Amino acid sequence: MSTTTAHSVVAPGRRTRFVAGLLVVIYALVTMVPLAWIFLTGFKTPPDSISYPPKVVFEPSLEGYVNLFTTRSRQTPEYMESLPPPQTWYEELVRSRHMVIAGPSKFGERFLNSVIIGFGSTFLSVFLGTLAAYAFSRFKVPLADDLLFFILSTRMMPPIAVAIPIFLMYRTVGLSDTHLGMIILYTAVNVSLSVWLLKGFVDEIPREYEEAALIDGYTRLQAFVKVVLPQMATGIAATAIFCLIFAWNEYAFALLLTSGTAQTAPPFIPTIIGEGGLDWPAIGAGVTLFLLPVLVFTILLRKHLLRGITFGAVRK
Amino acid sequence: MNRYRKTWAAALCGTMMSGLAVTSAQAEDITLCWAAWDPANALVELSKDFTAETGIGMKFEFVPWPNFADRMLNELNSGGKLCDLLIGDSQWIGGGAENGHYVKLNDFFEAEKISMDDFAPATVYAYSTWPKGTPNYWALPAMGDANAWFYRKDWFSKPEIQEAFKAEYGRDLVPPKTQKELMEIARFFQGREIDGKTRYGINIFTERGSEGITMGATGALYAWGFKYENTPGKYDMEGAVNSPEAVEALEFYKELYKCCTAPGYTDSYMQESLDSFKSGQVAMAMNWFAFFPGLYKDEQVGGDKIGFFVNPGQNVEASTLGGQGISVISYSDKKEQALKYIKWFAQPEVQAKWWSLGGYSAHNSVLNDPGFKDSQPFAADFLVAMGGVQDFWQEPAYAELLLAMQKRLHDYVVADQGTAQEALDKLIEDWTETFEDEGKL
Amino acid sequence: MSQQEISSSVAEQVAGRTPAGVARKVRGLSDRAIAWIFIAPTIVLLLAINVFPLIWTVYLSFTNFRANRPNRDVEWVGLRNYERVLTDSDIWHNMLVTSHFLFWTMFFQVLIGFGLAWLINKNFRGHGVWTTIILLPMMLSPAVVGNFWTFLYQPQIGLFNYVVSFFTGADPSSFQMIGSVDLAPWAIVIVDTWMWTPYTMLICLAGLRSIPDYIYEAAEVDRAGPFRTFWSITLPMVMPFLMLAVLFRAIENFKMFDLVVELTSGGPGSVTELASINLKREAFEKWRTGLSSAFAIILFVTVFGAANIYVKALNTVKSR
Repeated sequence: MSTTTAHSVVAPGRRTRFVAGLLVVIYALVTMVPLAWIFLTGFKTPPDSISYPPKVVFEPSLEGYVNLFTTRSRQTPEYMESLPPPQTWYEELVRSRHMVIAGPSKFGERFLNSVIIGFGSTFLSVFLGTLAAYAFSRFKVPLADDLLFFILSTRMMPPIAVAIPIFLMYRTVGLSDTHLGMIILYTAVNVSLSVWLLKGFVDEIPREYEEAALIDGYTRLQAFVKVVLPQMATGIAATAIFCLIFAWNEYAFALLLTSGTAQTAPPFIPTIIGEGGLDWPAIGAGVTLFLLPVLVFTILLRKHLLRGITFGAVRK
Repeated sequence: MNRYRKTWAAALCGTMMSGLAVTSAQAEDITLCWAAWDPANALVELSKDFTAETGIGMKFEFVPWPNFADRMLNELNSGGKLCDLLIGDSQWIGGGAENGHYVKLNDFFEAEKISMDDFAPATVYAYSTWPKGTPNYWALPAMGDANAWFYRKDWFSKPEIQEAFKAEYGRDLVPPKTQKELMEIARFFQGREIDGKTRYGINIFTERGSEGITMGATGALYAWGFKYENTPGKYDMEGAVNSPEAVEALEFYKELYKCCTAPGYTDSYMQESLDSFKSGQVAMAMNWFAFFPGLYKDEQVGGDKIGFFVNPGQNVEASTLGGQGISVISYSDKKEQALKYIKWFAQPEVQAKWWSLGGYSAHNSVLNDPGFKDSQPFAADFLVAMGGVQDFWQEPAYAELLLAMQKRLHDYVVADQGTAQEALDKLIEDWTETFEDEGKL
Repeated sequence: MSQQEISSSVAEQVAGRTPAGVARKVRGLSDRAIAWIFIAPTIVLLLAINVFPLIWTVYLSFTNFRANRPNRDVEWVGLRNYERVLTDSDIWHNMLVTSHFLFWTMFFQVLIGFGLAWLINKNFRGHGVWTTIILLPMMLSPAVVGNFWTFLYQPQIGLFNYVVSFFTGADPSSFQMIGSVDLAPWAIVIVDTWMWTPYTMLICLAGLRSIPDYIYEAAEVDRAGPFRTFWSITLPMVMPFLMLAVLFRAIENFKMFDLVVELTSGGPGSVTELASINLKREAFEKWRTGLSSAFAIILFVTVFGAANIYVKALNTVKSR
């Protein structure tokens, strides 16, 4: 601490910095181990994945990925011999385990559902959020802070508690297990985040820009579309990614309100099983594919992360 | 901004289009829902014949057991149209019938000349009728099943193991005839070194989330003579559910869990049982007959390395019932095609093929066939087990009854809380509350 | 976030607003109309998906309705459901489990999160990259993470026990993280801490960075030692941020469902059965809709009330 003179606290010394860096790097590496393990397990064979002690060095295999996308059934050697020779490499891989491919698995469908519901709800919540945020920021809305607090407080309900009446409501109007139902629900959940975040971004845009546009003869709407919106682009993109990540990761509603048609990936992935026994490589593969987009988004978002996770309360 | 907007619009359009593609399945296809397990794959194979014969395509929605009841009962209660056909668990029949989820099949059976006398009586009683034992049919027996055991025949037959066992227990090492023998053998294998690795005695069901520990522990409870009611239909549980025999059986199950299972199997059900056995950790394991064809075919532990035995009796011979009937869902828009499937499925030839592919037919023509007992190494055991099956409550409130039992058993067996007597006393309290809510007490 | 935050930001706007802005008459829609058109869809959506269902839940909580028995008559039972929930020893047990989880996750996350932020604030070379890496776990799907941690926790084949045994020398299969009554409550705390420590870290980091250099420089001039500087400058300045982080995390962890249900499904026995997990069982497995509505309302009131009290405390700290 005392190696440097004038700025010992403000600008830490070299040794302090080195020790601090070392500790942080160690923490970061430790925290990465589970993720690395998930990734590696995806490339193991099923026997390797459940060997004890666990294998760190192993021969990589794509079996997990093949198993993730197919359903298979075990057959007798006599039956296997009666089949024509395998056409593709993955068929060959499956055959080598005395199994035949029965068909594609549901993983592709569930993944697609996640994409549809994720993008659909993100679009809607950002759209609604942008409008509301602009209004809250620029106009004198009666009871503005009560309304804003109300919007936020909707996030305090435990999801299971919300799901009880939603289940009954959707059953009545036929929205159970539909993409539309899930999009509406996720939009309703996300819109609070969206309004709060975007309001922060609008607040940062100087009002003078619009004032100038209004003087130039723009209507309020024109000024909003042509002047404010372009300024909000970064904020909208960041908000959209936050909404998307929430919808992508959401589990409780998806578990309780969807079934075969609109089920998303999170409730599905834990139910991936192999032919007799848990198929950890397939789960590892599924988890890897599912987490990858979020990792990419997190890296893109890193500058706005703080804002997103605190509903804009902390802006740096 | 313009660029952003265009990308957004494109992405949105793309997703909407693909959404439509997903939802607009072929009109003629019907969907069959069942658990995701070995027999389901066999059913996929079998159903190809149906499609070839009728031109009706088959789609399948298979849900793994730990989530099966939750998912499907939720689906039924939300009036969902996902499933046209459902191979639902035996305990659901009460709720399926009383809440209008299932189509009553009596008229259809009569019109198509399908007779329930062609199916094994125990399966018709358990999988099809509600109220129990009356000729009101809500399902066709699809898959006979019971809980049973398998063991490492290769270990059992090792001379040095045989010798060591005889020295310790004064009898030959053969599959157990009673529950207490079962524990002795498990204890014998616990921690024993075989082929250079530490092995463990046994794998039993201990799962908390769905029905695992109940299905496992009832194997012991029934063998000690456990009954749900003193007089059937009266819901008088005091003295039956918590009888001295029941207490002893539950204590036995806990001891079996404590003394002789491999570490880490505190939440073990079908998949974990298979895992522990296939990875060579345990000498014996319990599981449903449904998995036995797959186990017998396994490269590592199948063939002559594996043997099977029926749930050993203690005071009585009894096994826990599994198995399902196939029902038509009343919310389906394609009931006609669904009924066609049942009609096709009920044919003796189809039933015979069903058995050969790895499904457990409940049809008399299959079971009474003279060659049946020798067709698989576990076929004879299957007949014995099905002769003495007992099932959990099949009441419409079954889920509530089951959850109470799951909690009380897991609290006692795995989480070490209270005594067996207390667990069963509390269970009666829970069940009484439920039956009072139902207006049955 | 807090009421006070809101009012202060509203106040800022009012101050920065040109006086003529409100009454400006321009072609097209009036400002007032635009404001309502812009806000209305959001409010309508929230009314339909949040408020209406909430009111319905309140109504249901006074009945014996069961969603799986649509044919049964619905009876008004008054406060009986509330009475049953509040006298149910299992539910009190859930609350105890939830409190344990809440307390220890907050404790570790604040401690480690603050420590990390403090280290990162030393601005060593490459701190940006490492910060981003540390942040990754919290962006992932809790259910998927929970599911995979069950694999890591397997005593025979999982990595966790082997790592522990590598450092302690204990036999890896001699302890079971999610199977044993003593360890399971800690197993869920460990995973939650692994996942959410970055959250407190990030907020603390913002707090540390918000402290202007001149304050430290002044402390230096006063010859304050590093400990004094820490206790009298760093900690008080970061405190509001820290409390905000705790508020957000505590609300989330009080509602905790996905991570723990996939990890332990409340077991062994009911040792890790958090309130939300039991609520799900009551509502969607036992289908006691009326009773579980009462349970849900009680949970909501608890979290809402506690959050409001906390926000008051937060404002006191801030205004100091």
